[in-house]
Amino acid sequence: MATQAEIDKLYEKLDREAEAGGYHLNPDIEFAKDLAAGLLTNEERYGYQACPCRRASGIKEEDLDIICPCDYRDPDLNQYEACYCALYVSGRIKRGESQAHTIPERRPPKEVRDKMKEEQEKKAKEGKGLSILPLPVWRCKVCGYLCAREEPPEVCPICKATKERFERFI
Amino acid sequence: MIEWKHIEGKNKGKVRLYALSTCVWCKKTKKLLDQLGVAYDHLDIDLLSDAESDKIEAEEVKKWNPKLNYPTMVVNDSKAIVGYSEDEVKKLLG
Repeated sequence: MATQAEIDKLYEKLDREAEAGGYHLNPDIEFAKDLAAGLLTNEERYGYQACPCRRASGIKEEDLDIICPCDYRDPDLNQYEACYCALYVSGRIKRGESQAHTIPERRPPKEVRDKMKEEQEKKAKEGKGLSILPLPVWRCKVCGYLCAREEPPEVCPICKATKERFERFI
Repeated sequence: MIEWKHIEGKNKGKVRLYALSTCVWCKKTKKLLDQLGVAYDHLDIDLLSDAESDKIEAEEVKKWNPKLNYPTMVVNDSKAIVGYSEDEVKKLLG
């Protein structure tokens, strides 16, 4: 179990990084800290900060899309003004002009995810079009940041997601 | 052996809450049921072994909510409420 000091520390780090990147944490501090505690519990349990509101498999490769911030945060922020667990919210919710509520699960079921991954890999292998580019283009699956270089960066400079969260885009 | 946690209260029929111990929306749902004083049974899926939670999801949760997200509340084996919905819970159990 994480101590209150550890929870506070993670909350402050998440808040700082969110604001620096144009994101916002839930203004209900108790709610946000409860989620931070859940992230620490999952880190202890699985070795990574899986979304506290989803059942993680415990196999990192299968859970990459739900490591916080998850691959679904940004589309959920656009559509519902909050991510699935509501750790991240829109500016309107942050300012108290709207409220976060439960939203539908955007993450596809495992069978669909496996199929999508297979197709993505097939497409990348075929390497259709734009093959004259001197470098591959990598896309951060969390925030959409693009960069052209031999390999993705160790950490996304925009949202701090780790290298394994990048996909070959072009 | 899967052990459900029973919470005493007013009998509003069979109320089962499938939840995750780390999920804040699940906690809010438990709190709401406690406030309403309803008797219910609850299970934290993430505290079970992998084999147990796979079994519960395949045999029970999937029937009501194929997306397998939490909280999933099943009332009287006839209606499921997915996610935290104060209005729906109050309408059904308040």
